[in-house]
Amino acid sequence: MAADGGMGHATKRREDVRFLMGLGKYCDDHTPAKTSYCAFARSNVANGKINSIDTVAAAGMPGVLAVFTGEDFAEVGGNPAGWLINSRDGEPMKEPKRPVLAYGKVRHVGDAYAAVIAETLEQAMDAVEAIEADIDELDAVVKMADALANDKTLVHDEIGTNQCFDWGWIEDNRAATDAAIKAAPHVTTLELVNNRLVPNAMEPRCSIGEYEPGTGDYKLTTTSQNPHLTRLLISAFVLGIPENKLTVHSPDVGGGFGSKIYHYGEEALVLAAAKKLNRPVKWTSTRTEAFLSDAHGRDHVTKIELACEKDGTFIAFRTETMANVGAYLSNFSTVTPTFLHGTLMAGNYTVPNVYVNVKAVFTNTAPVDAYRGAGRPEASFSLERVIDKAARELGINPIELRRKNFIKPDQYPFASAAGLEYDSGNYDALMDALEKRANLDGFEARCAESKKNGKLRGLGINSYVEACGIAPSNLVGILGARVGLYDAATVRVNATGNISVMVGAHSHGQGHETAFPQIVADMLGIDPLSIDIVHGDTSKIPFGMGTYGSRSLAVCGSAVFRATEKIIKKATLIAAHMLEDEPENVDFTDGDFAVKGTNKKVSFGEVALKAYIPHDFPIEFIEPGLEETAFYDPANFTYPSGAYGCEVEVDPETGKVDICAMVAIDDFGNVVNPMIVTGQVQGGLAQGIGQALLEHGIYDENGQLLSGSFMDYAMPRADDLPNFVVDHSNATPCTHNPIGAKGCGEAGAIGSPPTVVNAVIDALQRGGYDVEHIDMPVSPARVWAAMNA
Amino acid sequence: MYNFEFTKPTTVEDAAKAMSAEGAQALGGGQTLLPTMKQRLAMPEILVSLTDVEGMVGVSKAGTTLTIGGGTTHAQVATDAAASYPGLSALADGIGDPAVRNRGTIGGSLANNDPAACYPAAALASGATITTNKRDILADNYFQGMFETALDETEIVTAVSFPIPEKSNYQKFVQPASRFALVGVFVAKTADGVRVAVTGASNGGVYRWTEAETALNGDFSARAIEDMSGDATDMITDLHGSAEYRAHLVGVLTRRAVVASS
Amino acid sequence: MPTISMNVNGTSVSAEVENRTVLAAALRENLGMTGTHIGCDTSQCGACVVHVNGKAVKSCTIFAVEADGAEVSTIEGQADADGSLNVIQQAFQDHHGLQCGFCTPGMIMTAAALLEENPKPTEAEIRDHLEGNICRCTGYQGIVNAIMAASGQNSAIAAE
Repeated sequence: MAADGGMGHATKRREDVRFLMGLGKYCDDHTPAKTSYCAFARSNVANGKINSIDTVAAAGMPGVLAVFTGEDFAEVGGNPAGWLINSRDGEPMKEPKRPVLAYGKVRHVGDAYAAVIAETLEQAMDAVEAIEADIDELDAVVKMADALANDKTLVHDEIGTNQCFDWGWIEDNRAATDAAIKAAPHVTTLELVNNRLVPNAMEPRCSIGEYEPGTGDYKLTTTSQNPHLTRLLISAFVLGIPENKLTVHSPDVGGGFGSKIYHYGEEALVLAAAKKLNRPVKWTSTRTEAFLSDAHGRDHVTKIELACEKDGTFIAFRTETMANVGAYLSNFSTVTPTFLHGTLMAGNYTVPNVYVNVKAVFTNTAPVDAYRGAGRPEASFSLERVIDKAARELGINPIELRRKNFIKPDQYPFASAAGLEYDSGNYDALMDALEKRANLDGFEARCAESKKNGKLRGLGINSYVEACGIAPSNLVGILGARVGLYDAATVRVNATGNISVMVGAHSHGQGHETAFPQIVADMLGIDPLSIDIVHGDTSKIPFGMGTYGSRSLAVCGSAVFRATEKIIKKATLIAAHMLEDEPENVDFTDGDFAVKGTNKKVSFGEVALKAYIPHDFPIEFIEPGLEETAFYDPANFTYPSGAYGCEVEVDPETGKVDICAMVAIDDFGNVVNPMIVTGQVQGGLAQGIGQALLEHGIYDENGQLLSGSFMDYAMPRADDLPNFVVDHSNATPCTHNPIGAKGCGEAGAIGSPPTVVNAVIDALQRGGYDVEHIDMPVSPARVWAAMNA
Repeated sequence: MYNFEFTKPTTVEDAAKAMSAEGAQALGGGQTLLPTMKQRLAMPEILVSLTDVEGMVGVSKAGTTLTIGGGTTHAQVATDAAASYPGLSALADGIGDPAVRNRGTIGGSLANNDPAACYPAAALASGATITTNKRDILADNYFQGMFETALDETEIVTAVSFPIPEKSNYQKFVQPASRFALVGVFVAKTADGVRVAVTGASNGGVYRWTEAETALNGDFSARAIEDMSGDATDMITDLHGSAEYRAHLVGVLTRRAVVASS
Repeated sequence: MPTISMNVNGTSVSAEVENRTVLAAALRENLGMTGTHIGCDTSQCGACVVHVNGKAVKSCTIFAVEADGAEVSTIEGQADADGSLNVIQQAFQDHHGLQCGFCTPGMIMTAAALLEENPKPTEAEIRDHLEGNICRCTGYQGIVNAIMAASGQNSAIAAE
């Protein structure tokens, strides 16, 4: 075994070196010879009828090479939703076409209706201003309730409604849940908003199209979390470029958090323009464009009811949610508020009745899609807020109320009332660890200290379970997915013994280049530094479904594991041949193949060399070469869980909330690189705290984005955050993947928002303020208003 | 952004001459102007850089007056005024972020008069004199509403003279995104009385809170203004806070500034 | 178009730029030094921080013509001549102070400026000094730990 640098080792990240030296190569750092530059004309109204677009003046501007409008793409396909959702009555969802460029109507501020390609970016931007667009501004629908009540002002006229679907989960459980709530001794009800967020990866999107006339090959260099999916969408749905004529390359990418999963119209545009002009065409988003055109996250309006016995035993959860999908269906926009949300509405609890209704609503706002956590933060927030309220109403300690209803360790596999089968977990152990690490015994003393300083201190508790590595393909297919959800890896052992591993997952901060070699090194007993990861290039990798939903290690890592198993199997054949014995007599340990009970052995490196110099191979039994591919399709989701605690101080004079302590106790199953896992949790916590206290994508009644820059959209800064306590030592391994890993990328963003809000409400309650809820972001102004209502 | 002609004079006279051209605009540290130009919201035809203009940088004390060159960065004020005028130094040290403070200048800030900027509060509360290439302007006459000042188009803020108060303090409650002041209050206790200037709150830009000044002239303590809050009538309401919230903060921050003043 | 001359990381360079070209663009496009990143258009994110005449500035908010004649330090000049990481860079790797790496050049340059003027900052001073640098990945914990370590102090909470 590779003691240093194998599984479980906090190996320093090798990719850091190039980033630290300024030698990373992000998309915008690529500028092929003869690159031309693209700028988009974007709507400044939320809803408008395009009467005409006159591009003559723009086309005559200095340096302008071409001008495109929606008309140029009227005949090509739309960018589809990846998941078909059926309404409660069995009707399929409404799926209006999402064109490359807006055609006929513009539907949100920032909707691109024309593009200019010019010799320089500034020339392209100058020419955009010369485009004369005659657009009649129409009334806009911005609030979801208004959109549903309104059949006159429509985002998409052709579908006759602003409702995309009306989904019930599980519809067959509806009547029983209703009846249980009606008969329950106690029902706690909470109405809440899960605020719209703007992902704001620090690297804005960027796409470069290239075309090779001699071969007919296209290349798209783009900021993507899943280049293969982007290739598939462009090929099969939008432009019809054959997959084998299109390379999608996603180089170093500066964060994604969901927003770079999706295929965007700008990618199709630069490819089409590159062919027309026979020149590379580059578009780099400004931050302003990112605010207007990246897919946003969350944006639910929810009513949740918790029915329970007087002793706190949960009887039922019933949820009604309106989920904003914005003006167009982005690729994962329909699965996020449904199967990634409704299925988690039993939480960590043995509650027998769960019913969830979700109405997805079109509005004249930017599309909304999966953002770090994607549906599970919304689920956890609703559940854990209403549980906290119930604890107060029932006079039960919030930790005890949760413990009373936890699934116990001997109950796994556990079939939740929301339709999932949890494979493993130990929620009491996590809560035990939280009570210890958060030093809850000392809370009252800290409260008194805060009071002395004129501050109100509060404690927030949360327990969560989430679902990662969405799978398996046969199940998701039944539920409406239009793709499979496996992943792939090829392990290529070179003749000299070093290894390239081609993986379908894309790394844009997750540290795959370090962590994946740890798996292979551990299995092969070799130096991890002799193993390199290749990712992000469809011309080099067999296939991949990309990086999202905390799936990389559990799904793609498992594919790496399986491919490496195949390598060992074949190498054992070769070794047996070299050792002149039978394969079943050959053991592989610590990087050596040895004949059982003898000192006859060959090293992995010798076997690799032999594989490529097969002078004496029995080639009827053993092919030359040492390269194996595995496609791994998981048997189930993985179910990370956690117990989080937060202490806040509220300044009663200003309403400002300071986070004094944030403790995250997580169960991620087996951990490959604990340093990276800790970093993932810390980053997720920052985003969750950002949602809870700071961030808000907010539109006015006319559909103008009020928080459209970092001047108004509050990103968490270093001085907004405390030192975090992160502990993932209480692990119950995943039972169904070979690594035993569950997924850690989103946990922090799922677990923290309810923890923080619970803490703020607790602080206010302890301070004598009868405040039951404040919608996020819990800004000073909102806290002050709630205290003085 | 749009292109422009660029000139970098070395004397105030040449700078003023350059600014008399049609479409000319002074460029100080550029920390507000550049972002505005990137959004294509400002389109100067000529930018007159003040960076190399002689005699416009530095902090000097004469008697009870601290004079700061118009081209002095926030970072330099934070350092060089620390001993002589700690309230002003602390204010400068809280503007923007370290990189912004290394470029942004006091003259640029005062010429721009952003309604949420910090320096206007210090200048108004201190009773500062803004010196231009043409004249001296008392702070009380200088600020004329949001982004409006007494400056004419060819006037350059060459220096700002602050009478050093006996006690002073600036309290800034930050707007969490921009880190400008959601509300900022500068309290200065001078031999001639107390002056309280409020930034960030009003649709009219920086203003003096005379009711609080009157109360504090009688008793310079938080108690004297215990139940007072600003007048919400013409205050800003935006996504970060209502007029009522800002009015409330004006009271809170003024009390805190009085307590913290030194 | 004007030609500007600068000394960048110890090397004299010149570039033909437009008046409207910001320093960050001149570094990236004219000089091919793409380590300096542009993450916003409102001078908030700090991905573009470089040192001009020894001071940390946002290179997206200074015109290249304003840097004519200046000494400029960028991320590309931070490692030692033999390619080994300097103490701050090494601390960032040791303490997991970066994930996607996009904000990292600005963070390193800002950290360098901080330690220049305050060799032993407290954790609160570090967090305060990072006000103009946004990281979306790390939650800042690894960055703060790294800067503490680079200043020879124990970081508050080591990576677990």
